[in-house]
Amino acid sequence: MKFLLYISDYIIPFVIFYIVGFGILMKAPVFHEFTKGAEDGFKVVLNIMPTLIGLMVAIGILRASGTLDLLADLVKPVTNFFKFPSELVPLVTVKLFSSSAATSLVLDIFKEYGPDSYLGRLTSIIMSCTETVFYTMSVYFMTAKVKKTRYTLAGALFATFVGIISSVIITSLVF
Amino acid sequence: MLNYLWGFMIIIGIIVGVLNGKIDAVSTASINSAKEAITLCITMLGVMSLWTGIMQVAKATGITDAFTKALYPVLRLLFPDIPKGHVANEYIASNMIANILGLGWAATPMGLKAMGELQQLNKNGETASCDMCTFLIINISSLQLIPVNIIAYRSQYGSVSPTEILGAALLATAISTIAGVIFSIAARKLSLLK
Repeated sequence: MKFLLYISDYIIPFVIFYIVGFGILMKAPVFHEFTKGAEDGFKVVLNIMPTLIGLMVAIGILRASGTLDLLADLVKPVTNFFKFPSELVPLVTVKLFSSSAATSLVLDIFKEYGPDSYLGRLTSIIMSCTETVFYTMSVYFMTAKVKKTRYTLAGALFATFVGIISSVIITSLVF
Repeated sequence: MLNYLWGFMIIIGIIVGVLNGKIDAVSTASINSAKEAITLCITMLGVMSLWTGIMQVAKATGITDAFTKALYPVLRLLFPDIPKGHVANEYIASNMIANILGLGWAATPMGLKAMGELQQLNKNGETASCDMCTFLIINISSLQLIPVNIIAYRSQYGSVSPTEILGAALLATAISTIAGVIFSIAARKLSLLK
């Protein structure tokens, strides 16, 4: 499984090389397009900034007051049974509902335990392979005016749980 | 949804802080967290802009379109009820490609259009069609190949190698997506039997 670490090093340089190289071959104005696209990145970050400030303050309060530790202790008997770190329970729960609230919890975990710790790496991988189940479903079905969602929730939760379980296994095998 | 979540987080946090005798820490944390959000955004401005810039080059050179077209045969397998050449295919493909490339905000408008078209094709009124269920399950199974924001957060909090998780994340994402696909296909078969 160690080869996944080598792949990690190559992915970003390869993607950039492939896209820019292809652009040069096509004689496209690559730098002009790059700067144009980079502007979009600015807008995206500026848009989420107010949300992020609000949520990071809320999570900061929960951490400093000891609420997060309290929650982790509360679920410990259950998570120990499943061999899942209780510190990540608030994160995976919140991630089902809101991506920005989950982000603030991720940052809190990075700050508390470090991004290169077991918890930090597991958090990074879980966040990469899960989505906001309830939020996505409510936005999409509301737009389509669908009330009965049939097996969508079951399927989405199934994919999410498989993702979390594989994250735990992969993290212990790779690092 | 965030309205109550945020409100309760703050109220419960402060009450627990008082009971725990940690109100001084709560006070410092609220000020520091607000400051930290901005420092984080500065890191993110750099990483996100690098990514959206590269993706704009991919779009301008036709790479994104080529990927979208390459997805059509896969869509025939996953969404057998959508007529060939229907515009829903196009929206679904664009939504998936944007998700795969980590452009979530560009993916949502396309996804909503796809849902609108699927509803036009839907004969069950207010009940979701199999295609809708499949589309959302795969969407929620997470398709993103490179979690750009996670890399930015890791680098902000002093990771020695922010990108070291990419390979593992790729594998985990592939597994969760395959699980979603298998579930969707099995559920569709079962609902046809009924």
